[in-house]
Amino acid sequence: MKESRYEKKESRTGTTSGSAFFPFFITFVFMFATWIILSGKFDPLLLGLGLFSSAVVAWFFHDLLFAGVTLKQTGVFIRFCRYMPWLVMEIIKANFHILYLVFHPRMLQLIDPHIIQFQTGLKSDIAITTLANAITLTPGTVTITATSEGGFRVHAIDRPSAQSLPGAMLDRVAHVYGEKI
Amino acid sequence: MIHVFINIAAIFFLVTGLVFFLGGAVGIIRMPDFYSRMHPAGKLDTLGIFAMVTGLVIYNLHHFSLETLLLSIKMSLIVFFVFLASPTATHSIVDAGMRAGLRPWTKKKKKE
Repeated sequence: MKESRYEKKESRTGTTSGSAFFPFFITFVFMFATWIILSGKFDPLLLGLGLFSSAVVAWFFHDLLFAGVTLKQTGVFIRFCRYMPWLVMEIIKANFHILYLVFHPRMLQLIDPHIIQFQTGLKSDIAITTLANAITLTPGTVTITATSEGGFRVHAIDRPSAQSLPGAMLDRVAHVYGEKI
Repeated sequence: MIHVFINIAAIFFLVTGLVFFLGGAVGIIRMPDFYSRMHPAGKLDTLGIFAMVTGLVIYNLHHFSLETLLLSIKMSLIVFFVFLASPTATHSIVDAGMRAGLRPWTKKKKKE
C-alpha cells in the first residue's frame, strides 16, 4: 500500500488520470452490489438511481477504497479468497480452545499470559494489517503493536497458542500477498 | 421432512452461538487481568455471532425466494463487518492499555 499512497497524491494533482479507471470500476461494482443487496427492489427507477449514485460515489472515492489496484492484482484477490476458509477453520479451532479454558475449573493454572516478540519480513502495510488481524482473530493471541518494518508484539494467553506463531499463519499471509518472508 | 432438518440445524447453530456468548461473559469475569480479559471478550463473540447469524440465515431460508436470500446476505454482511471491526477494536483497546503503562499479569509475579 506504500506505492498506492504515492499514487493517491499523484491522482489528486491530476497526473495519473488514465490509470484511475480500474479502481473506479471496482468501486462502482462494489457500491452497486451493496445497493442491490440493501434495497432488494428491482424497479427500473430504483435501479437507475442506484446506478447513478454508485457512479457518483465511485467517481469521488476511486482513490480511497481500492487505490492503486490494477488488473494484475486479481491474483491477490483469488489467493485471499482461498485463504479465508483456512482462517475460519483456525478461528473455530482456537475458539474451542479458549472456551475450554474459560470453563475449566482450574483455569488459573492452565493460563500463562506472556508477551512474545518476533520479526517478520513483510513489507506492505496491507500484509502486516492482515497478519495482525489474523493473529487477533485466532483466540489466545492479541496483537499489541505491529510496526511498519514487520515487527510484532503479541500477548498470548497460554503457551500452546503462542507456539504456533508466527509459523503457518505468516507463510499463508506472505503467500497471499506474494511476499518473501 | 426437510423443514425438520432446517429447524434442527438452525437450533444447533443458535445454541452453539449462545454457548460461545456465555463463554465470553464468563471469561470476562474469571480471567485475572485486563489483557487476558480481552481474549474471551473480543473473540468468543466473533464465533458466537458467526454461529448465531448462520443459524438465523438457515432459518430464514425456510421459504426459499429472492427476498429471503437477499435478507440472508444482509445478515451475513453483519458477520463480515464484525470480523473486520472486532480485532481492530480489541487491538486498539490493548494498545491503549500498553500506552497507559498497565503491566500484564504473569504467573511469576503471583509466586513472588
